[in-house]
Amino acid sequence: MTAALIGLPLFGATVLLLGGRRTNAWGHLFAVAMSASAFFVGVATFVSMLGRSSEDRAVHQHLFDWIAVGSFHVPFDLQVDQLSIAFVLLITGVGTLIHIYSIGYMSHDENRRKFFAYLNLFVAAMLLLVLANNYFLLYVGWEGVGLASYLLISFWQHKPSAAVAGKKAFVVNRVGDVGLSLAVMLMFVTFGTVTFDGVAKEASKGDSTSLKLIGFALLLAACGKSAQFPLQSWLLDAMEGPTPVSALIHAATMVTAGVYLIVRAHAIFDLSETARTAVVVIGAITLLLGAFIGTAKDDIKKGLAGSTMSQIGYMILAAGLGPVGYVFAIFHLLTHGMFKAGLFLGAGSVMHGVNDDVNMRHYGALRTAMKITYVTFGLGFLAIIGIPPFAGFWSKDEIIHAAFGQNIFIGLATLIGAGVTAFYMTRMMAMTFFGEARWEKGVHPHESPLVMTAPMMILAVGSVFGGMALKFLGNIDSWLEPVVGHANPANDVSNTILIPVTLAVVLAGAGYAWVTYGQRPVPVVAPAEVSLLTRAARNDAYGDAINEAVFMRPGLHLTRALVWFDSKGIDGFIAGLAGFIAALSARGRKIQNGYTRSYALTMLGGAALIAFVLFLVRL
Amino acid sequence: MKTSIEYAALAPIEILLTAGVLSILIEAFVPRIHRRTLQLFLVFGSIVVAFGYLVASATQILNGNASVTGGQTQGIRELAASGSVAIDGPGLFTQGTLLIVAFIGAMLFAERSVDPQGDAFAARASTLPGSEDERQFTAQGWTQTEVWPLFLFAVGGMLLFPVSNDLLTMFVALEVLSLPLYLLAGMARRRRLLSQEASLKYFVLGAFSSAFFLFGSALIYSIAGSVEFGTIATALTNTLQDPILLAGIGLIAVGLLFKVGAVPFHQWTPDVYQGSPTPLVAFMGAGTKIAAFGALFRTFYVAFGGMRWEWRPMMWVVAILTMLIGSILAVTQSDIKRMLAYSSVAHTGFILIALTATSPAGLSSSLFYLLAYGFTTLGLFAVVSIVRDSSGEATHLSQWAGLGKKSPLVASTFALFLFALAGIPLTSGFTAKFAVFAAGVAGGVTPLVIVAVISSAIAAFFYARVVVLMFFTPENENTADVVVPSYFTKVAIAVSATATLVLGIAPQPVLDAVVNAGLFVR
Repeated sequence: MTAALIGLPLFGATVLLLGGRRTNAWGHLFAVAMSASAFFVGVATFVSMLGRSSEDRAVHQHLFDWIAVGSFHVPFDLQVDQLSIAFVLLITGVGTLIHIYSIGYMSHDENRRKFFAYLNLFVAAMLLLVLANNYFLLYVGWEGVGLASYLLISFWQHKPSAAVAGKKAFVVNRVGDVGLSLAVMLMFVTFGTVTFDGVAKEASKGDSTSLKLIGFALLLAACGKSAQFPLQSWLLDAMEGPTPVSALIHAATMVTAGVYLIVRAHAIFDLSETARTAVVVIGAITLLLGAFIGTAKDDIKKGLAGSTMSQIGYMILAAGLGPVGYVFAIFHLLTHGMFKAGLFLGAGSVMHGVNDDVNMRHYGALRTAMKITYVTFGLGFLAIIGIPPFAGFWSKDEIIHAAFGQNIFIGLATLIGAGVTAFYMTRMMAMTFFGEARWEKGVHPHESPLVMTAPMMILAVGSVFGGMALKFLGNIDSWLEPVVGHANPANDVSNTILIPVTLAVVLAGAGYAWVTYGQRPVPVVAPAEVSLLTRAARNDAYGDAINEAVFMRPGLHLTRALVWFDSKGIDGFIAGLAGFIAALSARGRKIQNGYTRSYALTMLGGAALIAFVLFLVRL
Repeated sequence: MKTSIEYAALAPIEILLTAGVLSILIEAFVPRIHRRTLQLFLVFGSIVVAFGYLVASATQILNGNASVTGGQTQGIRELAASGSVAIDGPGLFTQGTLLIVAFIGAMLFAERSVDPQGDAFAARASTLPGSEDERQFTAQGWTQTEVWPLFLFAVGGMLLFPVSNDLLTMFVALEVLSLPLYLLAGMARRRRLLSQEASLKYFVLGAFSSAFFLFGSALIYSIAGSVEFGTIATALTNTLQDPILLAGIGLIAVGLLFKVGAVPFHQWTPDVYQGSPTPLVAFMGAGTKIAAFGALFRTFYVAFGGMRWEWRPMMWVVAILTMLIGSILAVTQSDIKRMLAYSSVAHTGFILIALTATSPAGLSSSLFYLLAYGFTTLGLFAVVSIVRDSSGEATHLSQWAGLGKKSPLVASTFALFLFALAGIPLTSGFTAKFAVFAAGVAGGVTPLVIVAVISSAIAAFFYARVVVLMFFTPENENTADVVVPSYFTKVAIAVSATATLVLGIAPQPVLDAVVNAGLFVR
């Protein structure tokens, strides 16, 4: 049953990739069917889990022994527990909706079949990532989603910007992947096992240095995959991919894999205060940085990308809080998955209506032209800024609460982040749907077809009720507790004070944005004379410039030096050696002169040599 | 001592030698048009029957006679023909390998579609090169079937060589296998002067080395009072100090090292490989090496086993020289057959490591190595025989440029064989080298293994150069053509390639077999 979850989309990808053009006509429908059936299998698994008591909910499936070398044993085993099933439902549910949406979105693309094949491949890899029962197998899924992400970001590879963006995502992710492979190796060295259960059981036996190192390595991995500081730069460029990809991979699922990893490895973080602190700091930096970048973006998708960074920053921060935060990290991850996917699909719908223009300065007043998009996007907007009772409120509030329980500065960071989030999201709403129309010539905005709006509507329902459903219906904290553990936050600041304060900050941010962008006309061309801060935000807070100065240029110099050493030193030595051998060979050929008499003489010499050596030994 | 001949135990040798005699009778009495058919039946039939008999008797003896002492399988151990022939596991395994090589070699001998004038052998060996007679016979499309009796005697001699258990039998076997090869070497249809020169050199130097062997045998007899290995071994333990003994060992070593092509007794190899008809090079390059190594191992493990501390340093020197000189001289060769000749010298050096290891692992790894090397050599020269231009085989390396584009399948197969020679993993060459090197390290000859790795690195250069030529160099007007051969050559190449791959990917059954073959009987 568990294997079928992965098998179905994998089968889909295989058929579409190997079937080639023959599957063009029905390939997209087949992919949707595979993803949807995986979703139904996921639901069935979920239902059967509900029927069992909380200790028996986790299911293990042994497929085969994958690696057995010496004392290194890695089973190819899958496990579904309360944490995995939440991800399974998110991945297959949102994934299927986005598959459906893509039927419309990609309908004119000649490579649509390939697109769907990659989407299926992604779903399969992501499911492997969350269903693996050991870190080694998780690594396979981890790389699989990285591959799918790379393929889909650079899907429109005829555009140099898309090709470069794909490459960038790939390279930056490699840095993070080194972290994961180091973590796996360290685990094996320290604990002698790489299974989740085994590591959790052995964790207390590890010394603090090993635990710290493993924690840092895991954090590095999470930073790469989840676009956390300082490996955040690839996510904004990744928006070059088709919008459904941005919605599924770069908002709802793959980029949250880092959060999953940290929560899954909670046994390590539970025991290492230092590693946890590092996680919290990274999360706090990223949540502010992402929000900051979001404030100045005119590209609607990049604005959302900054927002994604920021929201994942919240999750990472929550995960770093330890047992008080794991549950809320996952809670926010799930609600975010719904509303952010909805927002991205809305953005895609807008772009679809205005000839693929992404510049919000060319939008304006779209609420009349695209009613469904306006309403669904609006509901997502309310959810992300955290207005009760929409989805984001429930999860974000819990994180802010827990953060204040930890440390006042961390709490303030989350609070400020909430205000800035309200600012940039209101700005986005105002510039897109309100104000006067600033449409380019020949653009006639129109609503998208039902195949695209229907998924948006379903996700909007999730944006509205998702938070409540998970909190009150699903009892998310007690549901996840058997897997990740849960503790109530230290109650320094009570929720009764915190909720009004948070709401006030959010409303202030939203109001400021509304005054600035909703009431005044928005210039069609972005003003050039802007403050230093705006300029910094427009330039992704100089993330690329820093990378270039700190890594690329020294790297180039190092490479040049190594190339020089390689060509002059090593190659020179090798070439010299080769020349020496060739010269030796040319010399030696002269002995082979073709005369039988000299051959015979050599043989006689050889016989003398043999006799000499034999007698030498005797002496 | 009562003289007894165990005819049953010697059957494979008898079958082949009898077939050789019958083959002469066919030449003498059967009308020309029927000879080829009959000869082919006789040759292939006798090889298959001998092989079948060998396998059947090996299993039978193994089942009834196997015993395990001290964890080492003893395998088959039996002395036949009053102690002059030893029927044991390694001997039978070598004979089996030789029969396989002979079968594939015979297929290459039988090929008639490659050369438009007929087969690879001279229309009339008796005509003078360049004479009017030769021109006429060639123009009339004559072919000769006299190669078959020679072939059968050579195979018979090869079968006897590795199981000879006394110096005289070994000497007789040496001559029985060598003399037909000397003749065959001179029978090339094309470039007959080169061929005859090769033949003469091979004969003169071969005779020279035989003299060493014979003289050495006489010296050993003078000390041990016997030519039988078992007796020699016992006698030598009492007379270790005698200088005559050392001289005897040295002289016998010269005779045998000549046959395997070890430096400094290798100089015939490039000339003979280059001049001889290619099917013969394939058969001889594989067969002689296998048979001679069988004899070399038996002589030095059984008769001189107790003296190994005396002769090991000498083998060290020879092995190092052989590996290095073979590899280094191959670097500058421009003729593919000469290059492969030097390569074969280098491989001799690798197997000498196994000999120097003087251990059961050394013996078993060399058996595996010889089997793998036999297949690869046959395949290599089979491919060489079908890459041709208007004047015959295109052996100059420049003519192989761009072959990969012209004939991808043939070029890829050749590349596979080259990879096997270089010892790239997933080919038989890797497994073989690994086994031999491992035996070398375990046997205390690690420096030899280091030299072997260095010379493998040098050798990789010239193997890779051919691959680069075939696949990464553009075709030019000199690029040779690949002729489509008959099924004889096709099957020979296919079988060799398959064996090269299988022994690289799933070598374990054969590795088990060589270990189970056990030790030499004494």
